Amino acid sequence: MRRRAVTLSNLPALMGLAFAAACSPGTEGAGSGDGTLEGRITITGSSTVAPLMGEVARRFEAEHPGVRVDVQTGGTSRGIADVRRRVAQIGMISRGLRPEEEDLDAVAVALDGITLIVHRDNHVATLSHDQVVDIFTGRVRRWDTVGGREAEITVVSKADGRATLELFLDHFGLRRDEIHPSLVIGDNQHGIRSVAGDPAAIAYVSIGTAAFESSQGRAIRMLPLDGVEPTLAAVQSGEFPASRPLNLVTFGDRSPPVQAFLSFAASERVQDLVEAQYFVPAPR
Amino acid sequence: MSQPRGDASLIWAVRGLAVASGGIVLLIVAFLALEAIPALREVGLRRFFTDASWHPADGADRGAFNLVPMVAGTLTVATGAVLIATPLGIASALFCRFYAPGALGRAYRRLVELLAGIPSVVYGFWGLVVLTPLIRQWQPPGQSLLAGILILTVMILPTVALLSESSLRSIPAAYLRGATALGLSRWATIRGVALPAARSGIFTAVILATGRAVGETMAVLMVMGNIVQVPGSVFDPVRTLTANIALEMGYAMEVHRSALFVTGLMLMAIVVVLVAANARLGREGRRA
Repeated sequence: MRRRAVTLSNLPALMGLAFAAACSPGTEGAGSGDGTLEGRITITGSSTVAPLMGEVARRFEAEHPGVRVDVQTGGTSRGIADVRRRVAQIGMISRGLRPEEEDLDAVAVALDGITLIVHRDNHVATLSHDQVVDIFTGRVRRWDTVGGREAEITVVSKADGRATLELFLDHFGLRRDEIHPSLVIGDNQHGIRSVAGDPAAIAYVSIGTAAFESSQGRAIRMLPLDGVEPTLAAVQSGEFPASRPLNLVTFGDRSPPVQAFLSFAASERVQDLVEAQYFVPAPR
Repeated sequence: MSQPRGDASLIWAVRGLAVASGGIVLLIVAFLALEAIPALREVGLRRFFTDASWHPADGADRGAFNLVPMVAGTLTVATGAVLIATPLGIASALFCRFYAPGALGRAYRRLVELLAGIPSVVYGFWGLVVLTPLIRQWQPPGQSLLAGILILTVMILPTVALLSESSLRSIPAAYLRGATALGLSRWATIRGVALPAARSGIFTAVILATGRAVGETMAVLMVMGNIVQVPGSVFDPVRTLTANIALEMGYAMEVHRSALFVTGLMLMAIVVVLVAANARLGREGRRA
């Protein structure tokens, strides 16, 4: 349940955030004379990175009491737009920089990947790229068609807008309306529970979550993706196909607090936070 | 007639609080409406009823915004749960009030109160790991309208049972003594005197339970499969309006986000209709 972003129960908080967002122009801080940092850093962008940055910011503020870090979500594109307009000092993006974004500087804080999971008792060893596409678009509906037992496939997908869905669509070259799921789930935990309770299910979830849960004895099994075994090491080395970097971006010169925050967020001092959010630490 | 000064200040304090609580409701509705305006302007109210499906993340032009299947999902799951929970809840109240011996009745009542205190996410989790695999063995995929109805039934049962019981308890003792004096049997007393006398209280209990069923989010999200479709059978997965908001709000931007506030307005409209129906039926009930 850790990465569930917003549910109805914290909607009031969200509303508060919306009001705060409306009346908080980013102000840039500077180092004061005696070497301690002071100022305010505004960070906006991807909702995938935001929960991690919230934790990192809390730890950073504890070490530098003079700096206030304000983390707001709104998506990767907002992060980039805000940094360019200097509304925010740091943008969060859940992908690499594109060629037209070379005016920005990126610092990788973590990697995220998605993997296919099935029930532990499902003996299908591997699925080809095309078989996965056929299953999720509803052209293949039974496990026996792809070498499994006689059962109808329960296709588990995610709700519109989820970052894992976007990455899945991107990797398999699919449009949202082409996917015909049997179930739609919320976060990764929900997906893992659904698959663990259904021997005929297949789902895609964040690789860190799946690795952790299967190590805890949950009744799930990860499938290789395009022939590559889903391990955290494969994600870290860049060998795993469906993975993406989570970056912080800046535009132009960095003030001392911003520079300090960037090196802090990319350092080993926040590695436990990265792992707690089921991401893979970025290679250093 | 002059009032003591303490009373006057109490009256103003109470008035102030009443205005504040009314004002909060209006503020929430205003906020919902304000946030929904971009979607209503760019997509138009009509398309929330006539589009082919629900794919709001593709933007106002290429996306699809049909909320009707989710309205149907919310109404069917709530109706199903209320239809099962109402007779069970009333039966439980009658048992507690008229049949159970004193100590057993009190213990039973505590148990029902405990049931009312369990958080919804616990029900949802239990449903996901225990109930849906059971239904799956019968009719895959298991996460379904049926699972939602069963979980909601357990959740609203205490509301119906406890409120019906307290309304049965508040019947004037003279009524019951009169019935005894007439030599009516226990069942005849219940049917002919107790239930009619407690009718409006029981009705309120059912309406409150319906409100809870319509608004429940986490439990139904976890057990109902969340496919946007009008259910063809109780084994089909469906998505409710509340689950739609909870599933997508964290990741929604621009028109998509605004469309979720339209979903919230729709939910608000359903609740308003429910409250209005309650007020109307309540008036008629008192007149009869």
